[in-house]
Amino acid sequence: MAHELRIRIKTLVMILAMVVCANVGDLMLKRGMTQIGAVQVSLAGLQHAFAATVTNGTIWIGIAFLTGFMLSYMTVLSWADYSYVMPAGAFGYALLTFLAVVFLHESVSPRRWVGVALICVGVLLVGQTRPRTTEVVVREVTA
Amino acid sequence: MIRVALLLGVLICASTGGEIAITHGMKSTGEPERLRPREILVFLGRALRNGWFWAGVPLMALSFYSLLLLLSWQPISFVIPASALNYVVGTLGAKYLLHEDVSPARWAGVVLVCVGVLLVTAG
Repeated sequence: MAHELRIRIKTLVMILAMVVCANVGDLMLKRGMTQIGAVQVSLAGLQHAFAATVTNGTIWIGIAFLTGFMLSYMTVLSWADYSYVMPAGAFGYALLTFLAVVFLHESVSPRRWVGVALICVGVLLVGQTRPRTTEVVVREVTA
Repeated sequence: MIRVALLLGVLICASTGGEIAITHGMKSTGEPERLRPREILVFLGRALRNGWFWAGVPLMALSFYSLLLLLSWQPISFVIPASALNYVVGTLGAKYLLHEDVSPARWAGVVLVCVGVLLVTAG
């Protein structure tokens, strides 16, 4: 029982780290791409977009956060199910809505509140299933 | 609009395929013994020598660039709700490719999350 509880807590902490890094990263990417403007699909347009993205500081901050996301994602997937981690990560959308209301005093449409409620119930449903349903593979020790 | 639909298809297939390959790679890598920087570095080193991980990376890169391109064509309020389909496609992949046991409770949760994300991100 204690072992099961430890896995649950460990999984939830990693999912929280994933959610924070992914949201901050996406926000920075969106901000960076807005600075760059619409990308034209032509050789010259793509070349210009590539040069503009690799020299944009905001894009790089976004990439750093997304690297943190990738690391926590890889770690949690080494023990937890993909079908557990993926929906649980959607908790980020609910968190963002609460943060927007509490700190930015944004008004939130009823439709969005219904969405937040559905996400919370969905994450609770997924959360109470066992985080791991596949067998533990014994790693081969290579010399 | 056809190019938007096509690119959305590429985005969903590439991100789900990439995540499934990486999950498979991570499961065969095995979890780090403890969550300390040293153990995590050793774990990362092991993961980087896994073929499945490297099969996932180009797919993730493809999904990343299709997302960037889509975001430059369409507002985020269209792109993110549309990619809520990822939850259903990903769960199907987990069930049939990774052989995870997706219980009815987990399926119900996934469907609620998918509809919820759609509503939240659509405003």
